[in-house]
Amino acid sequence: MLQGWMQIALTLLIVVAITPWFGNYMARVFQDHSTLLDPVLNPVERFLYALSGVRAREDMTGWQYARAILYSNLVMAVFIFTVFMLQGLLPFNPTGIGAPTWDLALHTAISFVTNTNQQHYSGETAFSYFSQFAALGFMMFTSAATGIAVSMAFIRGLTGRPLGNFYSDLTRSITRVLLPISIAGAVILMAAGIPETLAGPAVVPTLEDPAIRQAIARGPVAHYEIIKELGENGGGFFAINSAHPFENPNGFTNLIEIVALLSVPTALIYTYGIFANSLKQAWLVYGMVMAIFVGFIIITAIGEYQGNPAVNTLLGGQQPNLEGKEIRFGWAQSALFAVATTGTMCGAVNALHDSFMPNGGFVTLSNLFLQIVWGGQGTGTAYLFTYLILAVFVTGLMVGRTPEFLGRKIEKREVVLASFLLLLVHPIAILIPSAITLAVPDVSGISNPGFHGLSQVVYEYASAAANNGSGFEGLGDATPWWNLTASFSLLVGRYVPIIGLLLLADSLSRKQVVPMTSGTLRTDTRLFTGVTAGVILILGALTFFPVLALGPIAEAFQIAKGIG
Amino acid sequence: MQSHPASDASLREPQGSRDSRRQPPKVNLSGLYQRAVKEAFVKLDPRLVVSNPVMFVVWLGTLVTLLVTINPNLFGTLQADTNQQRLLNGIITLILFFTVLFANFAEAVAEGRGKAQADSLRATRSDTIARKVLPNGSTQEVISTELRRGDQVKVVAGDMIPADGEVVQGVASVDESAITGESAPVLKQPGTDISSSVTGGTRLLSDELLLRITQDPGQGFIDRMIALVEGAKRTKTPNEIALTVLLAVLTQVFLIVVATVPPIAGYIASFVTEILGSEAGNSLRTGSSIAILISLLVALIPTTIGGLLSAIGIAGMDRVAQFNVIATSGRAVEACGDVNTLVLDKTGTITLGNRLADEFISTNGNSIQEVANICLAASIFDETPEGRSIVQLAEGLGAKVSFDSKTAEGVEFSARTRMSGTNVAEQEFRKGAVDAIKSFVRSRGGQVSETVDQAYERVSRLGGTPLAVCKGNEIYGVIYLKDIVKSGLRERFDQLRRMGVKTIMLTGDNSITASVIAEEAGVDDFIAEATPEDKIDVIRREQAEGNLVAMTGDGTNDAPALAQANVGVAMNSGTQAAKEAANMVDLDSDPTKLIDLVTIGKQLLITRGALTTFSIANDIAKYFAIIPTIFAAAGIGALNIMGLKSAQSAIVSALIYNALIIPALIPLALQGVKFRPLTADQLLQRNILIYGVGGIIAPFVAIKLIDLVLPISF
Repeated sequence: MLQGWMQIALTLLIVVAITPWFGNYMARVFQDHSTLLDPVLNPVERFLYALSGVRAREDMTGWQYARAILYSNLVMAVFIFTVFMLQGLLPFNPTGIGAPTWDLALHTAISFVTNTNQQHYSGETAFSYFSQFAALGFMMFTSAATGIAVSMAFIRGLTGRPLGNFYSDLTRSITRVLLPISIAGAVILMAAGIPETLAGPAVVPTLEDPAIRQAIARGPVAHYEIIKELGENGGGFFAINSAHPFENPNGFTNLIEIVALLSVPTALIYTYGIFANSLKQAWLVYGMVMAIFVGFIIITAIGEYQGNPAVNTLLGGQQPNLEGKEIRFGWAQSALFAVATTGTMCGAVNALHDSFMPNGGFVTLSNLFLQIVWGGQGTGTAYLFTYLILAVFVTGLMVGRTPEFLGRKIEKREVVLASFLLLLVHPIAILIPSAITLAVPDVSGISNPGFHGLSQVVYEYASAAANNGSGFEGLGDATPWWNLTASFSLLVGRYVPIIGLLLLADSLSRKQVVPMTSGTLRTDTRLFTGVTAGVILILGALTFFPVLALGPIAEAFQIAKGIG
Repeated sequence: MQSHPASDASLREPQGSRDSRRQPPKVNLSGLYQRAVKEAFVKLDPRLVVSNPVMFVVWLGTLVTLLVTINPNLFGTLQADTNQQRLLNGIITLILFFTVLFANFAEAVAEGRGKAQADSLRATRSDTIARKVLPNGSTQEVISTELRRGDQVKVVAGDMIPADGEVVQGVASVDESAITGESAPVLKQPGTDISSSVTGGTRLLSDELLLRITQDPGQGFIDRMIALVEGAKRTKTPNEIALTVLLAVLTQVFLIVVATVPPIAGYIASFVTEILGSEAGNSLRTGSSIAILISLLVALIPTTIGGLLSAIGIAGMDRVAQFNVIATSGRAVEACGDVNTLVLDKTGTITLGNRLADEFISTNGNSIQEVANICLAASIFDETPEGRSIVQLAEGLGAKVSFDSKTAEGVEFSARTRMSGTNVAEQEFRKGAVDAIKSFVRSRGGQVSETVDQAYERVSRLGGTPLAVCKGNEIYGVIYLKDIVKSGLRERFDQLRRMGVKTIMLTGDNSITASVIAEEAGVDDFIAEATPEDKIDVIRREQAEGNLVAMTGDGTNDAPALAQANVGVAMNSGTQAAKEAANMVDLDSDPTKLIDLVTIGKQLLITRGALTTFSIANDIAKYFAIIPTIFAAAGIGALNIMGLKSAQSAIVSALIYNALIIPALIPLALQGVKFRPLTADQLLQRNILIYGVGGIIAPFVAIKLIDLVLPISF
């Protein structure tokens, strides 16, 4: 048991140790300060800007920034949809895979352009190598970079700067953050045993009977794996994602993957601190999220460690719940991975979330509902600070002044945007489609009826709306119904908040700053950070209380009583 | 008008002698509550309710529950006893109806106070007969409402002044108690900035005046005041609008939450039926029946703050009015809370309007006794407060006049001579500005010793005004006239500083004098030798730094600055121009009140924030009361941590709490959260503890208690 907790603690320590360095690096990159890679990258970027006609120094307004995101994402989505439909004719297709159904191709295109990587297919059999690296792998960089760009525009606006230029931010996110780390990371992962090849599946005789031959799927996995984690993409090369021995062969690669998927959203909080010139506030907010994160890990890990009482009775003693887990990761690293991947909207999985105890179901769902326990690539950080704005508005009046955040007054426009995008978008994209799906039993494809089935359905839409992409699994989701309704949640969950965040940032950046006095509500105090945590839990989580009560909580009581 | 609670008096009561004389206009508050009850029913009109999104949802919910009370199976047959269902639905309908009624009542009470005040003002505005002066000089009797801007009217003693106007000719005293509550008559005469404007509805006590009308009927000062206190033109303030948006979004969120419950519960119900039998399944389906869903919705949406929000705003205006200040908009009151710079005139605001003699300094080696005698002699005819204070000080030192005052003759002060005094036979006693006396003495062939200059400097350094006194061609001494800082101001400026409000003093004095007064009063900054233009400059400078500025003013040359300031308070004694440029008018003409206005503004915002926080924090308990009990069949009964008797009892208890909390908080909404001059962090800590943590705990306790005493069981 102690070993498991030590593994968790060590991983988190590494994440915390990286944060200041990485956060500072990103701040330098997006403040256009000089960085180590300048001699190589400056000419490359200049060439790219010249080629694409981007005027990288031109600041955009909130709408311009949002339009640039929408147009570029639309073009990319159309491109990869076309690649999928034509993959039978395209190269790098050793197994001769044909075109997927149109609704699956559409769902996959939307899923990857939104940085979600929800997969209603098995990578080995549905997509060619070309589709995997040219379409899916391509989107893993651009969708993650889009997220980072949004957070940068948001942080700039919040701290009173012009929002910047989307094309420049997108380019620099890739050339200076994602690509260099991915190259180094891919080499390390290859060294640790992950394949990187264009050769088709290996066909080998089985050990039991050499006459029987088995085809073992492989491919260009290593480079795909690192950006899958670093960009909080989560789309696995293989169906079973990071549980597959070629995606995540051992404890070392597991550690690298967890650290990689946590690194950007954790560091972005520090980057905010540099932009806002308030590292104190950054660390306080960081501490608040870390506290929720650690709490969630403990809840999940205890559930897995204690195991299923029904099974324990059969085993005649307490055993960790290992159903749907890789023995090489065990309960602790599976629990840590599950909480990290749902909290950060990565969505990669190294264990089957469907098989977790209700504790895990409760935590992973809560992560998807809250969206700020580190949160999505870039967007999570923006949500986090939007929650601070909302907390300022609700409680800030109690100091007797019109609420202000970083000296900028929170008025009607800000409240409209913040409350709409934090409070309303998620219920619309999750609860409404869930209710419809449950009302029409034929379409749901639930494999495990009852409380667990409710969790399966809600999880699927929550994962889509939060742009997480992990699956509770156990759901027959490769149907037109699921592909199309999940696409709705994906789009609403991605673009409505992005537009809202950019308009919010735009509006804040234009405000006159009110000087700080002793009558100003300080937001960089423990008290206020605690208040924010309360606001997040009450406003963010209570919305989903009925669903949680009838899903994982009811399931937990059911298991405890041994019914069903 | 009611006086505010005595407990707050030390902080909120404007200080100074003027206050003790103040008698607020009588406002008839009897029958306020009866009228408010009647109004609460009138406000059930859907066209009125719709302006409040939260209450409109409750209102619609009441209609639906009424329908399912009449026919419980209207929206699908329920597997439950129809009569029991009808009883429950009926109880729910009743509670929801009262919830809307309570919210209406809160608003009606707040409005009622304003209306009562407006009525008392309106009584002064009854149409009067005015003597209009025609171009040919003759007068014609017309009804006051027929007067137009520019008309001239003649008013004689005993007449009501027919409309706002300016004195063209004549000197007379006017009783303005109808609007100011000030019983002492006010002298009106033409040509002066301050005392030439008269207000319609006030009464002429003596003599007669020729007036030029400055306002068309219905637009006079009193008309505007009536419209304002009555709330006829009440528009939501920016912060109120933002808050309404948040409450509307929360309402929509919970609408979605509640609307998606039936399919989810239905899905779970079919599963529970399989494993536990049809009774459990039916219980879950009944648990998501329409009346129960509406109950859940009403419990979750922020009805408490939704019901009290407008009452808080109206009460804020009313509290300002209780201070005898008329705000032109709620926005102005709200802005008071945000003010972080006060620009204050020294004279009248920080110091008493009059300087008082503090000390006699002898020059040329004269004894103090001699100096006192000369001072007394020079001031015996001086009726100004300064003059009287000199007489008092001299007599205190035992000074006597050596002549019979009947033989003496007073010399009036004039701006040209800058001195006053007494002539007795051949003797000339004079006092005045030091250089004026110096040249007077020299013109009489006298010498001026260095000691005069030394005394002059000493007094300046002390922050006082030096006056020299002479008899004939000899300067006997210098009088130290001291500026008296109003008592208690220092403490109040300290409070303001703690609240993050900076004070800037403006004075025409030289910088040495100004710095001494600034030091004594405890202001943060001062501007010496200030001109009216400096006032607007300092406001612009502060605003450029992002500060919200409040100031007071009365003269016409203050008007641009009053308009520029975020909160401009004009004195009622001031000119029409000043009053029009300002967004508040102080009927008592007490500039120190600006400080009270800041605290009232803050109090308004704190009350709003506190009740919002309280309302939202309440949701935890309501969730824990309702969800586990209505879905107990799903095996989540253990979440019923309050141990409520049954689903029905839980719902009714939560709704009763939800309804009763509104009237319970009406006094707080109307009086405002008690304000303490603390820093923002201290205030947040305190209020989060009371309204945040308290808002989480209170409903748990209250709902459990209601559940215990509730006689119903199904």
